[in-house]
Amino acid sequence: MSYTIEGSTGTWEVVIGLEVHAQVTSEAKLFSGAATTFGAEPNSQVSFIDAGFPGMLPVINGECVAQAVRTGLGLNAQVNLWSRFDRKNYFYADLPQGYQISQFAYPIIGTGQIEIQLADGSTKQIGITRLHLEQDAGKSLHDQHPTKSYIDLNRSGVALMEIVSEPDLRSPEEAGAYLTKLRQILRYLGTCDGNMEQGSLRADVNVSVRRPGEGFRTRCEVKNVNSIRFVMQAVEAEARRQVELWEGGEEVVQETRLFDTTRGVTRSMRSKEDAHDYRYFPDPDLPPLVIEQAWVDQLKAALPELPDARRARYVGDFGLTPYDAHVLTLEKETAAFYETVAKGRDPKVAANWLTGDFFAGLNRTGHSIGDSPVTAAHLGELLDLIADSTLSGKLAKEVLEVMFETGKAPGVVVEERGLKQVTDTGAIEAVIDQVMAANAGKVEEYRSGKDKLFGFFVGQTMKAMQGKGNPALVNELLKTKLG
Amino acid sequence: MTAATDFTIAGARAALARREISATELATAHLDAIAALNPRVNAYITVTPEVALAQAAAADAALSKGEAGPLTGIPLAVKDLFCTAGTRTTAASKILGDFKPPYESTVTSQLLRDGAVFLGKANLDEFAMGSSNESSAFGGVENPWKRQGDDAVLVPGGSSGGSAAAVAARLALGATATDTGGSIRQPAAFCGIVGIKPTYGRCSRFGIVAYASSLDQAGPVARTVEDCAILLNSMAGFDPKDSTSADRAVPDFAAAVARGVKGLRIGIPREYRVEGLSPEIDALWRKGMEWLKAEGATLVDISLPHTKYALPTYYIVAPAEASSNLARYDGVRFGIREEGADLKDLYERSRAAGFGAEVKRRILIGTYVLSAGYYDAYYVKAQQVRALIKRDFDQAWGQVDAILTPATPTAAFGRDETQDDPVAMYLNDVFTITANLAGIPGMSVPAGLDARGLPLGLQILGRPFDEETVFAVGGAIERVAGFTATPSVRAAA
Repeated sequence: MSYTIEGSTGTWEVVIGLEVHAQVTSEAKLFSGAATTFGAEPNSQVSFIDAGFPGMLPVINGECVAQAVRTGLGLNAQVNLWSRFDRKNYFYADLPQGYQISQFAYPIIGTGQIEIQLADGSTKQIGITRLHLEQDAGKSLHDQHPTKSYIDLNRSGVALMEIVSEPDLRSPEEAGAYLTKLRQILRYLGTCDGNMEQGSLRADVNVSVRRPGEGFRTRCEVKNVNSIRFVMQAVEAEARRQVELWEGGEEVVQETRLFDTTRGVTRSMRSKEDAHDYRYFPDPDLPPLVIEQAWVDQLKAALPELPDARRARYVGDFGLTPYDAHVLTLEKETAAFYETVAKGRDPKVAANWLTGDFFAGLNRTGHSIGDSPVTAAHLGELLDLIADSTLSGKLAKEVLEVMFETGKAPGVVVEERGLKQVTDTGAIEAVIDQVMAANAGKVEEYRSGKDKLFGFFVGQTMKAMQGKGNPALVNELLKTKLG
Repeated sequence: MTAATDFTIAGARAALARREISATELATAHLDAIAALNPRVNAYITVTPEVALAQAAAADAALSKGEAGPLTGIPLAVKDLFCTAGTRTTAASKILGDFKPPYESTVTSQLLRDGAVFLGKANLDEFAMGSSNESSAFGGVENPWKRQGDDAVLVPGGSSGGSAAAVAARLALGATATDTGGSIRQPAAFCGIVGIKPTYGRCSRFGIVAYASSLDQAGPVARTVEDCAILLNSMAGFDPKDSTSADRAVPDFAAAVARGVKGLRIGIPREYRVEGLSPEIDALWRKGMEWLKAEGATLVDISLPHTKYALPTYYIVAPAEASSNLARYDGVRFGIREEGADLKDLYERSRAAGFGAEVKRRILIGTYVLSAGYYDAYYVKAQQVRALIKRDFDQAWGQVDAILTPATPTAAFGRDETQDDPVAMYLNDVFTITANLAGIPGMSVPAGLDARGLPLGLQILGRPFDEETVFAVGGAIERVAGFTATPSVRAAA
């Protein structure tokens, strides 16, 4: 069912487009050799180019171009062999050159498309308008001194990819799913670490509302939203604000807004009238960026497997459900972990364990897959112990819990705790004999037709064996003995 | 023996090699001349005796070890638009304050690599914007030449007025300069010396304070064509730090000077016979044609139909780029700062106090032509015309090997004579500006004196990256013209 807002005068549809700024993963900045490590001492990663000193000139970093091309390929987008850098002129204290070098008129990547996955299992194609390369600005710190602002230029000149979507998104959920998918693709490609808390990925959210079937109405841009959850909340809050305006007989004014995360509302940042005239023009310090198709082909051939292809493979080759395949491919690390566990084993069993007890264990112990105490190799060994009947499923769950606590290999846990499953039929028969002797009355009842009591005997036997009896053998031997 | 300050670079190099003079003696002679004359001529904004003498001592050491480079011990002036590590660099503007760059421009570092001695930083129009050197925040430069029977102070041209005046007055053997619309060639013509603006991309712009990035190009001024060739050989070359620098081998320019013009086809563009061209300059131009013909060249009448649009095109493109290039002078990181109530106030006060009138005028023009609603009518149109001007030349190269024109429409004029009329000032560059728009090399060579004894120059334009032919034609004109006149204000022999 499609998402709508029921106002006092009828139904409203929401139209959303996202502009995502993704910091390019690279050793050096877009036009200088300065480093890009997050969290370094303020102003410790700044070249004279980044600081806008007289006579300094930009020189394009080829790796950043390669990263943009890889991303374009990952977005199924057109790669423009000829693109150009323009200057976007405005004054600000953390913009040392007085202009940002960006690709305004001729971006390196043109139109593309990605598929998003929604909670009800449906999918939707979302258009990509463009991707272009640009410099990041520095950072102004206004809270360090009562009357002065401090400037940190570490980020100045760092390469960003601005990825613009078509206004194809129609609900907060779709906006969230789009950002999730985009981040997933960037992480698979290794072109952006997707870390929203550190600001490596930031979204400007364009929102408008309309009556179903209408053309577009005026939109507002909510700037710099820094989590997927906030993007979804901002869409909702802004759409409701606009519905109220229209229904109250007012106009929505095109403007830039900020999302107040504590109050859950958007508020005006600057109106269209206050908007800068950026005086874009081609940067005369940089010739047009010309790349070769052969180079693009090389980059394409070397691309890693992307989430859609991997998910299809999990369903097609491994027989996983689309849901499990989706969950296992969401993060590149999870997929890699899964493939290590599944290698040479039953992929469905591996998937069940991963999405079930393993994820539960991560949650319980507060770990992520990256720092899991249980390695993929250990989890695989645990599955092997089930397969060769050393452990029952129930015992395996206990072993896994210990593995989360101790980080030890399953074999070691089994040894130390004596959790090994009993498959010796003689030993099991001896226990069954004791159980039957102790419950002679119930044996009579069973034999006279009270079949339900079978479970009682299984339970008693397993209890007597402290759960270590091989369940299949216990069942089989009980059936024989009870007759 | 030649007086130390009268040497050509080629001559000084030979004398140094023969140990007839030491680099220290050469530097000292120039420093003495500067001390005597610079208070009047004002060719230098900053004189660096300590730097010069230390470099001269190093040069003498190199010479004694037989390790001399192409310029070892040659005293030069550096236009104060080139960043020099540890030496104040002003761009003749107040806004840079006491800025001492922690880095060296590529061009000056190549000159130092080849052994040059830097006497100091030469005066210029503020941010290289001007044709008279009158817009310098450090005062105007006096042209060393005088009209006969008249003591009026004449301008040296601009923007490289300090470089040209220093070389003409024997306060340096040569100098670096830059040319965005004629800033090497016009002052060279006004001061009776040689200057060449090479092809765009021939010299690195790294470390040169930018005026208009797509037009700016460094080049030398010196007293002979050969000296310019020697300097350009050191200044030129590919620089990975400048994305617009050309990755091409640097030929031996000096070897081309004596090549002669036999068999060359020399274009005479009819559109350069402009209204207001002084009859004396027209006559000199015709003389130049006759000289080249007599030397074995063929003259070809050519047309460069879009020439008349060059000046308006330049005054859109150059200010547009300048308005953006000069945004970094904001009082935040270096140079002067005038504190304000808030950031915007700080910008406004700092820039109001730091920039002179001509710079402000060009920033305003540039901001205007890039503004929303005007961009297409001005900037885009200017780029289209620029492409047509370039095409005019491309077509001409099918018919001719070089082009001969006057360098300037008039001889040097008096200080304050045109200051009230910026457009009249802009007309000075009418012959030189096309070469910047087209990116081609152009040289100004002194070819004669006008009736009042002021030098006049001829301009040679060449194909992109064919400075060798320009040097060959310039060398021929220099030999035939036999220009030996010297200015009245100069270091005593």
